[in-house]
Amino acid sequence: MSDTKTKTITLTIDGQRISVPEGTTVMDAAERIGVQIPRLCYHPDLSLAGSCRVCIVEVKDMNQYMASCSVPVWEDMEVQTNSPQIRQARRDIVELLLDNHPMDCQTCERDGHCELQNLAYWMGVRERLFEGERKQFEFEASSRSVIRDSNKCVLCGRCVRVCAEVQGVFNLSQQGRGFTTVVTPAHGRKMDNSVCIQCGQCINVCPTAAFLEQDSTEKVWAALADPELHVVVQTAPAIRATIGEGFLMPPGTPETGKLVTALRRLGFDGVFNTNFGADLTIVEEAHELLGRVQAGGPLPILTSCSPGWINFMEKFYPSLIPNASSCRSPMSMLSVLLKTYYAQKAGIDPRKIFVVSVMPCVAKKFEAGRPEHASDDGVPYTDAVLTTRELIWMIKAYGIDFASLPDDTYDSPLGLSTGAGDIFGTTGGVMEATLRTATEWVTGQRVDRIEFTEVRAVEGLRETQIKLGDKTLNIAVANGLENAKTVLDQIVAGTKQFHAVEIMACPGGCIGGGGQPYPPPNMKVLDPELLALRAKALYAIDRGNQIRRSHENPSVQALYRDFLGEPGSEKAHELLHTTYRPRKPRGIR
Amino acid sequence: MIEHNPDRTTDNWPEIRAASAAALPEDIVAFIEKVRQGPHPESQLIGVLHRVQAHFGYLAEEQLDAVAQLLQVPTAKVTGVATFYHFFRLEARGRFGISVCMGTACYVKGADRIAARLREELGIELGQTTTDGLFSLEQTRCLGTCGLAPVVMINDRIHGQVKPDDVPALLRRCQELAGKDRADQPRK
Repeated sequence: MSDTKTKTITLTIDGQRISVPEGTTVMDAAERIGVQIPRLCYHPDLSLAGSCRVCIVEVKDMNQYMASCSVPVWEDMEVQTNSPQIRQARRDIVELLLDNHPMDCQTCERDGHCELQNLAYWMGVRERLFEGERKQFEFEASSRSVIRDSNKCVLCGRCVRVCAEVQGVFNLSQQGRGFTTVVTPAHGRKMDNSVCIQCGQCINVCPTAAFLEQDSTEKVWAALADPELHVVVQTAPAIRATIGEGFLMPPGTPETGKLVTALRRLGFDGVFNTNFGADLTIVEEAHELLGRVQAGGPLPILTSCSPGWINFMEKFYPSLIPNASSCRSPMSMLSVLLKTYYAQKAGIDPRKIFVVSVMPCVAKKFEAGRPEHASDDGVPYTDAVLTTRELIWMIKAYGIDFASLPDDTYDSPLGLSTGAGDIFGTTGGVMEATLRTATEWVTGQRVDRIEFTEVRAVEGLRETQIKLGDKTLNIAVANGLENAKTVLDQIVAGTKQFHAVEIMACPGGCIGGGGQPYPPPNMKVLDPELLALRAKALYAIDRGNQIRRSHENPSVQALYRDFLGEPGSEKAHELLHTTYRPRKPRGIR
Repeated sequence: MIEHNPDRTTDNWPEIRAASAAALPEDIVAFIEKVRQGPHPESQLIGVLHRVQAHFGYLAEEQLDAVAQLLQVPTAKVTGVATFYHFFRLEARGRFGISVCMGTACYVKGADRIAARLREELGIELGQTTTDGLFSLEQTRCLGTCGLAPVVMINDRIHGQVKPDDVPALLRRCQELAGKDRADQPRK
């Protein structure tokens, strides 16, 4: 930022003179000279808490250590980030954080990915000097998606802030005071009786294992070992962009081929592609959009792929339920087809088919359990949902050397996807894919334009207009529900007229989902750089795909020809669409 | 087939608003509506909770939910505030609130033994209320009457130089008063 009006401040950090814009914090200034001051409660995308005190530094003429995350620089300030005293003080602070912490690192799910564990190591905590009273909170596993272990909580408040500031949900707050302070939903209630939308961002930002996803790996291992079951798996668009991170590959390395091979080695009888479901979603949703534009409503159509967003809509914006696309998510569409179309074609009893989906998402665990996504006899179409993290763990547990795997391809016919399906995993992807199809349908002819970069809302919220034949469509794309609120409030108030709005609950879309790998040690979760790299991987897959429009997917065309009839047909509605209802407790926006 | 009737309302706000308003006295609902017209209504949260506690004697879940909805402050925040401040009570108080002073003067004069005797006689811990709703037991810091230490406050009345053996008589006196209440005000 080259704002000439901003004053420049010159200060000294560890003996080095440095000039920074006024208002820069000591922590940020130190980073410019290559010093990463240790930290815990701080997160660059969240408000300042200044509560953990790990990032303290010594400032000349100040009689106490100062928290570098929240102190702005001043002229001729002299900062010392390291001295025997400061290191001792930081170590003491971390030791005191540990004094009531369970000492179960070896059996803890975050072993190796725990910020508190890393911090203790870096600070040189090598013995237990303080032994404090332990917290005795109940383990809380009521939710189908997000589980809580408050005994591992260090009260950094990141979950509270991400839930309120990034997601606009404000389900969590610190309740009580003193030693019994605990982060819970309102009234200390359980997660399944709260306004939680199950996005899992609390898991992502938690430095310890106070928040985790509900485990599904045991169920999947058991199914894989059952000779009676035909176990199939589908992988979401965003998985191929992030799975490599779990095996120390640089972020942004697409690994579709190795992913498929790894799943076959794990023993899955069929490996399918959620991107096929994405293509199908586009065909159904573009049909729905054009139908509504013709009929004059209800508009705008709101996308329905993101289950965190759907939960948010049902709790916070129930009046907009008629606007949501009735399309099931790509995962649920594909699961339905696996137990109907595929079962029929392969001659397998659908009751013997066990469908596993690998998702970047924890809310998909909730979606899979919705009664709307179960067959008439009450059996869910999706039997188990694994997060990217859970799949990485399973591959490691099996002993598969992921990096050295050869490439393989998805099974057909539910494995073929177009570039339009490939980009579903990043913000704007669903909208771009819809436009690739809708422009051709409306004009009735070949449209050369494929990329609609103006809908890629990397900054969180974007509004734009797209010409579709003689019509102009008003479009909005939002990721992160606090961003989405801006558009949703305009729709409710009637101050803006949109035709189509894409909403993804998580920052950056599915690539920033609540089930994605914990970031490498040099990066923060929600880091825009990390999200950009993951998105780049998806766009590379799209560009490498010979077919880039969903309606041109030959397997989708065959599915309509042999099984569904026309887009929007009665059979398509029965199998591929769903309903929503208001849910309580009602959220306060 | 999926119905898409744009006229069908799926909004549950009128229902929630009505239920919330019914849970609070009219003057508090009016107060909330007034502050909602002005800037930063959320800054009035503590003021609203004071009024609710003054009316009901404590803050029940139903009222906290109602305040959250009507004031449009996230419920987690409302209960976070209500559980943070010692002033707010989350449970109904008994007919007689007994506070044992644990200030320095009272403490050295044996307040802990009085508290122990009260716990024993009432069968409840500090911060609890007897199942008959008659007694709540609490500790407090200095009441400013150190000359009378150790003191026990029952509702608004200070009892000075209390000895553990005085406890049964104090409780009996309360029970007699409660009996008299019932005789004076027969149930409708």
